Amino acid sequence: MIEIKHLKKQFGELVAVDDISFSVAPGEILGFLGPNGAGKSTTMKVITGFLPPSAGSVTIYGSSIETDTLAAQRHIGYLPEGAPCYEEMTPRSFLKFIAEVRGFTGDERLSRVQDVAQTLSLQSVLDQRIETLSKGFKRRVGLAQAIIHDPSVLILDEPTDGLDPNQKHQVREMIRGLSKDKIVIISTHILEEVTAVCSRAVIIAKGKIVADCSPEELAAKSKYHHAITLQASDPADHDAIGSYMENLDGVSAVQREDEGLLLIPSAGEVNLMPLVLSGIREKGWQITSLFQQKGRLDEVFRDITVEVDNVSE
Amino acid sequence: MSASNLEMLNIIVKREFGSYFATPIAYVFILIFLMLSGVFTFYIGNFYERGQADLTPFFSFHPWLYLFLVPAVSMRLWSEERKSGSIELLMTLPITRRDVVVGKFLAAWFFTGIALVLTFPLWITVNYLGDPDNGVVAASYIGSWLMAGGFLAIGSCTSAMSKSQVIAFILCGLVCLLFILAGFPMVLGAFKGWLPTIFVDTLASLSFLTHFSAISKGVLSLKDVCYFLSMIIVWLLATMVVVDLKQGE
Repeated sequence: MIEIKHLKKQFGELVAVDDISFSVAPGEILGFLGPNGAGKSTTMKVITGFLPPSAGSVTIYGSSIETDTLAAQRHIGYLPEGAPCYEEMTPRSFLKFIAEVRGFTGDERLSRVQDVAQTLSLQSVLDQRIETLSKGFKRRVGLAQAIIHDPSVLILDEPTDGLDPNQKHQVREMIRGLSKDKIVIISTHILEEVTAVCSRAVIIAKGKIVADCSPEELAAKSKYHHAITLQASDPADHDAIGSYMENLDGVSAVQREDEGLLLIPSAGEVNLMPLVLSGIREKGWQITSLFQQKGRLDEVFRDITVEVDNVSE
Repeated sequence: MSASNLEMLNIIVKREFGSYFATPIAYVFILIFLMLSGVFTFYIGNFYERGQADLTPFFSFHPWLYLFLVPAVSMRLWSEERKSGSIELLMTLPITRRDVVVGKFLAAWFFTGIALVLTFPLWITVNYLGDPDNGVVAASYIGSWLMAGGFLAIGSCTSAMSKSQVIAFILCGLVCLLFILAGFPMVLGAFKGWLPTIFVDTLASLSFLTHFSAISKGVLSLKDVCYFLSMIIVWLLATMVVVDLKQGE
């Protein structure tokens, strides 16, 4: 259990984190979202004990990060932003060092290194110097050191930044594959990541929490939630279909898009599908594709965070 | 200090020490140290011409040799960590700040110890040529190593002050120079005329030179050993404060 209460972090005049409170329970994978400079990394640095908070408290499984730092840090596996490592070392010697600091000795230390190397497919580069490795490998070395002690709390600052799609997939699989009693906090500005791995999304902007809900609830805030994309086999039909659909109950607007029409419901919970289907059947239009959107996270994200910008300026 | 703390310290020392040898820096440093100490001893120190079987010419140049070699060793201690960001990794591992500061220092100190030990051919030479007082030689070696520790502790602190290794190098050189010059007869002479003796004596007593030359005469007194040890402790405490301050930025 992580409890963050009224956390504040100031650098001189600049308030980077402004009175943030939330708690994370075991089993939750929390996506920490926000525009660049919103205070994501700073919050993570405070949670992991790298920076002292200016006010407020962070408690990790009962240990305060300020007064009982080492006990709190033993629970945590942390990947700092940019995955810094000791570049002159090889992944093997680096991971052995981390395993040793984490209290493993002898055979267990070696088997831990082997295990994480396998989980993150590092075997082929274990004896090359880290500075010679590609960005993807470096990132995975950073992830390996974070999970080597099987931590109950895993804090990852932009874990997939700079990875190719296959590597991103692999990292997400790894996160999803963690046992269900762990706490995971991932900061990211990639929205697909939140839908892909997170069970909860916290959005911060200007150091404040502006949304805290599940990715599905977040998507439901979108005006495109339950919107229907429709494509007729003959594009000439689009005009007729469009004007018909506009007059349906529950449709607030019809947008022309490249591929076809987009029907936007007047309220998020309205299910337009039955009406649309019966209309198509009645008129005998030939339709090639028809689907219901979950909502557009990037639009919700923009709405929420830009709003904060406008209020504060 | 509990056993587990010593273990942590040991882990840090091992990693830091290993990282010296992971790059050519260590070998280059040792080579330069050995070459320069040879040059100083034989050419500038007139080792043969003096006609005495001792290592005085060798040791008397150590403060000057350390003046630019020690900053080269110590500059990377913290600057590199801060520049690469690995300090964030290090400081979020369950290790106390004290263990990290002391561990890094010890690794550097052992490293200079190795460089010092590798000058043993000089000691063999002087024993082959004559009959030196090996007690004095041993005391001088210990004194020189203690002095290197003092320089390194200063370097550790200046390295923590800046992300730039160049700045760390120059700062360390400057501070070390002050601590050498404080005991230089010329400098003391300049103050003698107008400052009360007690100030001049205090100034002299702060100098590396005063304590090192006392030890290298063969008198390994508690006073001089304590001086170097307290220099080390004070500068390491300062390092801890600087690391703390810089981290909050």
